[in-house]
Formats: sequence, C-alpha cells, structure tokens
Amino acid sequence: MQQRPIQFYYRGDIVRVQQQPPTRTVLQYLREDLHACGTKEGCAEGDCGACTVAVGELRHGELVWHAVNACLMLLPALDGKALLTVEDLAALAPDGLHPVQQALIEQHGSQCGFCTPGFVMSLFALASQHPGAGRAEVIDALSGNLCRCTGYRPIVDAGVAACAAPPCLPNPEPIVAALQAMATAPALDYRAGGARLRSPRTLAELAELYAAVPEARLLAGGTDLGLWVTKQLHELPELIALAHVDELKTIEHDPEWLRIGAAVTLTDAFAALLAEYPELAELARRFASPPIRNAATLAGNIANGSPIGDSMPALIALGARLRLHRLGAERELALEQFYLGYQHNALAPGEFVRAVLVPRRLPSNAAGPAPFIRAYKASKRYEQDIATVFLALAITRDDSGVVQDARLALGGMAAVPARAPQAEAALIGRPWNAVAVEAAMNELQQDFSPLSDLRGRADHRQRLARRLLWRAWLDSQGMTPLQLDELEPIARPAPEETL
Amino acid sequence: MSTPPPPVHDHVGLPYAHDSAPLHVTGRARYTDDLPELPGTLHAALGCAEVAHGRLIALELDTVRQLPGVRAVLTAADLCHGTSCGPILPDDPILCAGEIQFFGQPLFAVAADNVETARRAVRLAWAEYETQPAHLDIASAQAAADYVLPPVDMQRGDAAAALQQAPHRLQGQLSVGGQEHFYLEGQVSYAVPRDDGGLQLYCSTQHPSEMQQLVAEALGLPAHAVTVECRRIGGGFGGKETQSAQWACLAALLAQRTGRPVKLRLDRDVDITVTGKRHDFAYDYDVGFDDSGRLHGLELTLAARCGHSADLSGPVNDRALFHVDNAYYLDAVALHNLRLRTHTVSNTAFRGFGGPQGMFAIESVLDDIARELRLDPLAVRRANFYGAAPRDTTHYGMTVADNVLPELVDQLERDSHYPERRHAIAAFNAASPVLKRGLALTPVKFGIAFTATHYNQAGALVHVYLDGSVLVSHGGIEMGQGLHIKVQQVVAEELGLPLERVRIGATDTAKVPNTSASAASSSADLNGQAARQAAGAISTRLAALFAVLYGCHAATVEFKGGQVFSGEHRLDFTELVTLAYRRRLPLWEAGFYRTPKIHYDADTRQGRPFYYFAYGAAVSEVAVDTLSGATRLMAVDILHDVGRSLNPAIDRGQIEGGFVQGMGWLTSEELYWQPDGRLATHAPSTYKIPTAYDVPEHFTVTLFDNANVEEGLHHSKAVGEPPLMLALSVFFAIRDALAYCAAPGQRVPLAAPATPQAVLDALDAIGYRPGA
Repeated sequence: MQQRPIQFYYRGDIVRVQQQPPTRTVLQYLREDLHACGTKEGCAEGDCGACTVAVGELRHGELVWHAVNACLMLLPALDGKALLTVEDLAALAPDGLHPVQQALIEQHGSQCGFCTPGFVMSLFALASQHPGAGRAEVIDALSGNLCRCTGYRPIVDAGVAACAAPPCLPNPEPIVAALQAMATAPALDYRAGGARLRSPRTLAELAELYAAVPEARLLAGGTDLGLWVTKQLHELPELIALAHVDELKTIEHDPEWLRIGAAVTLTDAFAALLAEYPELAELARRFASPPIRNAATLAGNIANGSPIGDSMPALIALGARLRLHRLGAERELALEQFYLGYQHNALAPGEFVRAVLVPRRLPSNAAGPAPFIRAYKASKRYEQDIATVFLALAITRDDSGVVQDARLALGGMAAVPARAPQAEAALIGRPWNAVAVEAAMNELQQDFSPLSDLRGRADHRQRLARRLLWRAWLDSQGMTPLQLDELEPIARPAPEETL
Repeated sequence: MSTPPPPVHDHVGLPYAHDSAPLHVTGRARYTDDLPELPGTLHAALGCAEVAHGRLIALELDTVRQLPGVRAVLTAADLCHGTSCGPILPDDPILCAGEIQFFGQPLFAVAADNVETARRAVRLAWAEYETQPAHLDIASAQAAADYVLPPVDMQRGDAAAALQQAPHRLQGQLSVGGQEHFYLEGQVSYAVPRDDGGLQLYCSTQHPSEMQQLVAEALGLPAHAVTVECRRIGGGFGGKETQSAQWACLAALLAQRTGRPVKLRLDRDVDITVTGKRHDFAYDYDVGFDDSGRLHGLELTLAARCGHSADLSGPVNDRALFHVDNAYYLDAVALHNLRLRTHTVSNTAFRGFGGPQGMFAIESVLDDIARELRLDPLAVRRANFYGAAPRDTTHYGMTVADNVLPELVDQLERDSHYPERRHAIAAFNAASPVLKRGLALTPVKFGIAFTATHYNQAGALVHVYLDGSVLVSHGGIEMGQGLHIKVQQVVAEELGLPLERVRIGATDTAKVPNTSASAASSSADLNGQAARQAAGAISTRLAALFAVLYGCHAATVEFKGGQVFSGEHRLDFTELVTLAYRRRLPLWEAGFYRTPKIHYDADTRQGRPFYYFAYGAAVSEVAVDTLSGATRLMAVDILHDVGRSLNPAIDRGQIEGGFVQGMGWLTSEELYWQPDGRLATHAPSTYKIPTAYDVPEHFTVTLFDNANVEEGLHHSKAVGEPPLMLALSVFFAIRDALAYCAAPGQRVPLAAPATPQAVLDALDAIGYRPGA
C-alpha cells in the first residue's frame, strides 16, 4: 500500500487531508480545523445527534446520503465519500432555505437551536431516501436526535411536511464524478501525528496485515472505537480499517446460511435479517439510532463483546455462528462460544471475524409447526437505549406440541450475552404449556446472577427475565394486546354536528 | 370566564417565529464555542476528585505541568482573592482546597494549547485521599441530621387537632427523583484579557451579572473591569443560573495568569458530573379528610437533597413550600422542610424551582385519598380547589385573586372527553390482563415572581438610530424561550415600527447592569416591561416634538406602521427621528421596571411573594405493560393560561417543551449514584431524556381564554416554568393504570421516576401477577 492523503468531496472540491492524525474525528476537523461551526458537539458519544452530518456514497451507481454522527466518525472513514453539513443545505434551494429548514421555521421547530443542525441533517437524509415519509418514519429517523426544548411535536410535524415537499438534493453529477474519481485511488495507507491507518481492499491483504501487526485495532463502523478517542483519550497508533475490504462488504444467501460480512452496516444487516426473520423488527427498530446503524457493523457489535450488545441474544437464539479468519485459515464457532468473559473473546492474535452466519429460516413445508421466535427488549426508554434485560428465544415443537429444541439467550444478565441452559432443559421434552414455562422461569434464577447497576437492580433483572419468558408464553398463545405499540389511544366521540 | 376581546395589536399577540430561527436551521447561529477564537487561545480542562468525601492528602501535578503544550495549572492555593462562587453563601469553592465534598469536585484546572492536550494532561495527576464516610442519599443525610441550611417550618391553623378530628386519616411516604438539565449546549466560558487589566467574558449563562460579580471577586478586580456578554445559550433550564459562574471564574483566572484568552468547555460527562441538578425529595405525610376527600388537616415533611453546599437550595425549598398547595385550599397545615447536606453535587435551580416537588406531594396525597375512598381522583381534586373566601387564601397568606381553575378544569374535562374515556378505560382494563390503561387530569397553579422580592427588577436600553432602526439591550438571556422575539414585538408595538426595524442585541453587562437571572419565568415580564418603558419614553418625547411641529395635542399622536400621525398630519418615523436629532433631543432611553405589589416577610413566612398565578391543566392517557414495566403516553390534552399571549406560537412551544421535560423527570430520567459516590448516569447513553417516540400524536394544546388580572405586560402571563408541572398528569395516569391492578381501596406505592423498575416494584407491592 502506498501512502496517500485522505480524500473526500466537500463543498465542491475533493479535499485532501494529510496533517491530521487518523483518530481525528470529523467533528473535530469541522469545528476546530475548518472553523465550520454549524455542526455542534452535544455529547461526543453518538447519543444526542447534535453533530449529525450526511455522508454520500455510491450504491449501485446511485448517490445515496446517510446520516451519521460526526463526533464518532474518524476522518479516514470519510475517504472516498462526500460530506454534507448543515451550512451546505441552504445553497441547495433557490430561496436560500432547504425545505427541511423552511418547515422547521414554519412549525416553530427550534427553540434554543443547538440541536437543530442535527435534526436538519437527519431529516435531510430521510427526505433524500424516503420522499413522502410519514410520521412513523420521521420519528424513527429522529431516534438519534435529542431535543430538550421543544418536546419534538413541531419537529416531527416539520419532518412530515419536509418529506412531502419535492426532493431538494445536491446536483449529483459533480459529486458522482468525484466519487468515481476517488474510487480509483489506491488503498489508503495514512500516516500522521505518529499514528497510522491502513485500509486494505482484499481479505488476503487484511489478513496479512493484521497477522503482521496483531496489536493494531480494527476499525469497522467506529462507533465504539470513536469513544476510545473522544472519551478515553486512548492512543491508537495502528489502525486497520475494514470498510473497503470487498469480501467483508457482502451479504450472501446460501441455502442454509445468511452470511453477513464483517463490514456490513447494521442498517443493511438488519434489512437482510428482517427479510428472513420479521420477528426481529422491534429489535432492529430499537437498536441505537439510524446514524449509528448507518455506520456501525453487526460484526463490530459482536466482536466488541459488550455485555449489553443488544443484537447478540437474538443471534444466539437463532443459532448464529461466526466465521473467523487468520492468515488464510478459517474456523467457525457458535456465537455463544465466542464470549469468554467481560470484553474478552475467543479471537487469537491476528484473527478477526470474517462474517456472521445466521441460519436461514426453514421452508414452511418443513416438518412440525414453525419455530416460535421472539426477541424482547426491556429498557428505561423505548428508543436508543441499552436493554436492562434482553430475552430472545427460539422454540421448536413437534406436531404434538412437545418442545424439541429451546434456545433461550439473554443479555444484561451476565458479563456476556448467554444462553440459559437450565431453563432450556426445563422446556425440552415437555409440552409447551404454562406449567413448563413456569418451571423454566424458575430455572432462570439458577442460570444467572446479574449485577445491580444504573439500568436496574439484580432482583429487577431476574424479575424481568422471568416476565419476558412469561410474555413469550402468552405471545405464543396469541394473546393480544401484549405490546404497547399495538395500542391506539382511546377513541373519542366524534365532534357533535353544529345545527 | 368571558373576558373582553384582546385589543388589536400590530405585533403583540402574533405568532412570530423565533428571531433566530433562520440562523438555527442553517447552522449560522453562533454559540459561545462557535465564536472565532483569537490567536493564542488556550483551552482548559478540570482535574476532579475521585472520592465522595474526604481529605486531599497529596496532589502531584508535576507530570501534568510537564506535558508539552500545558501552559498553566491552577489549584486552590493559587486563588488569591475570592475563593467561592456560591451565589448566596460563600460555601462553593472554585477549586477544592482539601476537604472534598463530592465525587468529581474540581481540584485543579489546566490550560493548554488545545482541548485534547488539556484533557489528556488532567489525567496525569496523582492524588491521595483520606476517605471519610459519605452521605449519598436523603435517608443517610436525614439520619445524620446534616443540613446545608436550617430546617424550616411553615404552618397555618392547628394541623394536629384537625388530623385528630378528621373523619378519615392516612399516613404515607413518597419520593421523587432529581433531574439533570441536559441543556444541549454544555457549560462553556471564553475569557479574553483586555489591555487595561480587565477581562471580557463570552459565556453560556443565565446570569451574567452574578457571573461578572463572582469573576471580579475571584480576580480581585472591581466589577467595572469585567464584562460578560452572551448572545444566546443552547438551553439552560436553571442549570446555568448559578452554576455557570464556576467555569467562568476558572477560565478568567487562567486567562489572568497566562495573559492569554482561555476557553473552558466542559465535556458532557464532566458537565453532568460537576453541575447540580433538580433536588430529589422524600416525603412523610399524615392527612385528615372527609368522605368527599376534602382535606381537613395535613402534616407533611419535605426532605430535600441539597448536595454539598447551599447554592439556591434555600429559595428552591421555599418555592416547594409555597407550592405544596398547588390548586388546593389547605386549611390546617404543618409543613416541615429539611434542607439536607449530602456528599453529592450541589443541587440547583431547575425549571419549576421546587414548585414541581411541592406539587408532587399534594397530588400524591390526593391520589392516595381517592384510592382510599374509591373515588375518581378528579373528584377529590375538585373537592379541594380554592374557592370563595375564606377558602381563597394560601397557607402563606396570599389571596388567590383570579382562580380560573374550576372553569378551566371543567372545560378541559369536557373537551378531552374525560368521562367517556374513563369508562372506556375501565372496560378495556377489565379485558386486558397485561396492558393496562390509565387516565389523569391534574391542575397547575404556579406563582410568578422571584420569591426574593428584590430580584424582581429589570433594566433595558433602547437606542434609536438616525435611520429609524432600533437596538434594544436588556438584561435577559435568550436561551430558546423566545424572550428576544417577545421583547422585539413589544418594542415594535410601542414605536409603531415594522418588526425588522427593531433588533435585540447580545446581553451584555456593559449595557445593562445589575440584572437578575433569566429565571423564575419572569424574563419577558421584567425585561419586556423595562424595554417597553424605555421605548415609551422615546415615543413620548417624539410625540411631543410632533405636537410642536404640527400644533396638535401630544396625546393624539400615534405611532403605527413606521409612521407617526395625528389627524391629517403624518410623518415618517425616520423623518421625525432626524428632526429630533437636529433639535438635539436624546434618541435613547434606559428603562427600568420593578414588579409592583409584592412583599414577603421571611420571619413570619407570610405575604404576597407572587405578582400573580399562572394556571393550567392537562389530561394524560397512558398505557402500562405490566410484564416489562414499560409505560407509554398515548394522548395528552392541555389547556393552559398564558393570559393574553404575547406570542401564541412561542407560548405553545414553551407549553409542549415544558410538559415533555416534566414527563422525562417523572418517567425515564433517573440519576444513579454508585456506592462510591460516582454518578453513573453522566451521559445521554445512560441518562435517558424523552425522544420523539415518547411524544404522542394526539397532543393538543389550547390557550385558555383569559387575561391577566394584573396589568402585567399587555395582560400576558409568564409561561416558562408552569407547563412543566402539567406532566404530573402522566405520572398520575400511570398510577391510575396500576390502580386497575390493585384491589379497591388499595393505594399505589409508585415512586417517581416511574421507570420500569419502579412500576414493577409497585405491581409487586400490590401483588399483581399479569396474565396468570
């Protein structure tokens, strides 16, 4: 790999960066280096959205704009892409205000105004991808943006109004041309400020590089690594980016497995997973926020090994496996075997996750009733919160209703996401009924010894685990309503007609 | 109440957008951290204690000083002048001198060439502590009888006798949590040394005058040498009333020491760790009542976590005591208020300023009474409303002169279909074992004025330039509440000018001195009046000139649409201004306003601390998942009294925003201290304010047709704080849903915030097992 600057499209030009260290965030670069201060820092951890910017890239030849958190995005992650910030939008409309901006003014959607640039960019990205988006889509698109002044109502109204307006996008031609031109650049090898980032293009290059420098940190979406930079001030002298490794960017559907490459974003991974398992819709909806899901990867969430990674229980329940790679040698293991302890996993030095393998759903003509699959999240807040307890389960029964296989996986109950062996044993071989489920609920107490922390007391976690399993039982019996989002407000009498 | 139609205005009462809205949405609005930095600017960071209570034995800072790029290190030993930034008592050290009072207390500050170096440097320090036992919650401070301020009693009548004679009697305990402000723009100060030894500060603050004073004391300078300027802040909510001064003092001290501009911008985690919050309260009550739920006697202890210092805990607790009545006549009442010292950050102002905690208590008591009597809580609330004399005076002796709540609540009950929905919810709940719905209508009566009478003053400076444009400076801070547009409307109205001819300048201690904080919902009332008065003095002077020019009577001269006229005589405003200038008449005026009629005797605890009351009520409909403890607000209807609105769009924004902020306080926002005293919820990843999903599609806000009985500002009423307490309806709707899980007559022991854990705790206490 040859050394070269980071390059990206910004305000009509291809910008080349060669001085900033590779751990410089896009937000630091904008605010401190360019003095482009429209983009704000509210938390520097990807939770408030004040720093939201739009990043453009080519998808099947089309220019697509995604919202991302500039506070967590390292500058090298912009390489080969286009950057659009709040200051740039006004220029897109003849009257000096983008429809999103116009709608926010008309709906009184800003008060203190500090969060507003982030909302503008999230709504811009939504309007660019989903013209005509309705209230639910607007709320989903804003789940990563916090406002402390307005109470959101006017912002949501503005979002709906802006999405109903004719699309207002940057002229794609020069941007597409720039993106295509940058795509011909050699793989990035970037050195500045005593740190180095390399961005290999092939699996073989990656494997060779990582085996040679096993102390390097792998950079995928960077939404966790960004925190090492912004919050922990870690020195990261060697970084290897996964984003441009072709073999890691694919989702493959073979007859038995869905193979999700390690560089596939959560947005794309969830789309593929939901096509197979619509039962996971709520998990996907409530996982972080669009800006995070647009950057972060499923494999990163797994390899990071946080005890509360909310994707893992569902994947474990489904029987997901990991394909690991080290210098051309590959091995597979069950996801639950990957975790050895708190932030400690089974990877050898120089080894990395190549892909997440999720079993395909069995065809509907397979023997026995369809497996009962559910994923339940319990958290303090519905959106963009980490589960206090997460329960996912897959129950396979025979025709007589006897449980043949039970996979119960929980998050928030131990140092790592884990199965519940005793509770599973209490179910297997017994009819799926209230008695067996209650027995399994009691066994959960034996399976886990959770901690008390800010997300809940230990006894509350035990209680939640039991009750979420009870929910599964009621759910399997078709009880409705069982989920708050199934409910509509109480209907009101129609207004009396005036005489 | 049928009130006369509002007078027709050109500007006042119109729904103008926030004056900075076009700047907000385009990213052009500058906040303190966005100001262009002067060459040589240094960046500061804090080094903080890592024990909750103890003595600092050793602090090794050589490694900090030696890090390349570090230009200055400041400890308590370097403070040669003022050492405290306490607003009322001098008990808030700018830097800890050795006795550590909370986990995260600043021990030293560093100035370095850039932010990263400063933040890296502070981590290189090494400290040794002698740890002492810490009181981290109300219970431990109460057991130790450790107070930042002496306990206060407030009473009327003979509560003990009333309790004994009452037909029914209940005792109970309650609690409500604190709240982090989570202003989106964190604390930031930029201090620039001047050539004369003075200092210019750009700051995110609600109280520039107090900051100026404290910085001057810290630097050993007269106040005239320190100027504080602020164009806008990215949210305050009380968190930048007193608690922005410490960071300004540190930036100023570092600037003085280095002779270079110094910016101190707190990282979010540091910000939440080192700044005070809303006080959490615990309550014990003993209440006597009759069959209708009407109160006969109440004895209530309010124990407040004040943190390590007094800060504003005195007035916050006072306001809690003033609002224990909320909308209700308390006949015989004895209140005991404990202002507890804990080894946690010093709690401070937060929208509502104790009022929410006072109201929470009485609303809980009435709800408990309703459960006990098996009555709809709304009926019990109504039975206790203020009414005709003698049921029209508060427990502190103020007459409730314009109690519109009975008719406001009637209107809301009717328009929101409360009775029909009550029946529908009962039917739903009977058939739904897991999901339960609840409904609650709660009122708000909130006193408007600073309870410290002397704060109720404001100044403004109005300049008319020769082109007929007008610059207004006043003492209020624009923090998103729409203060500037309201003042702009008032001045444009007064001078009969198009809105764009009037501009509101940055708030600046060099323009208007000795201002009060932008707080107590009073900024528009006070600063608007001062600006109106100044503009009025100018228009009076111009009218007199016009009268001389045309030989008409000055009283007949009108200002409208940029014109001045009387009968057939007409002159462009700008021409009249030019004529006045040539006649050497002053074209600028200072305005001053003091709120009339208010007085309060702190010894007898009697008086009229408030100019008037703002009223409102909300109906919230919720659903509760009894398996997970999750709750969801399904619909809310608000009817709120802002008098004659100065700007209905801005007022609606305040009502909606205040309501949602209050909902967060009572539902998802939970502060969690670890056993070592560290605040674990120090970032939005762990501290959960509401998101867009939490706000229901059915969210109606109606302005109650009313005019302020006091003259006020165009008969408007304050709107900043009162709506926050409308969110009590959410909490009591959750309680209501849980009551459907309880046996008749059983109380619902739900703690606030109603997190899923609190909800399941309450259900466990009730003994409800869903879907069994």
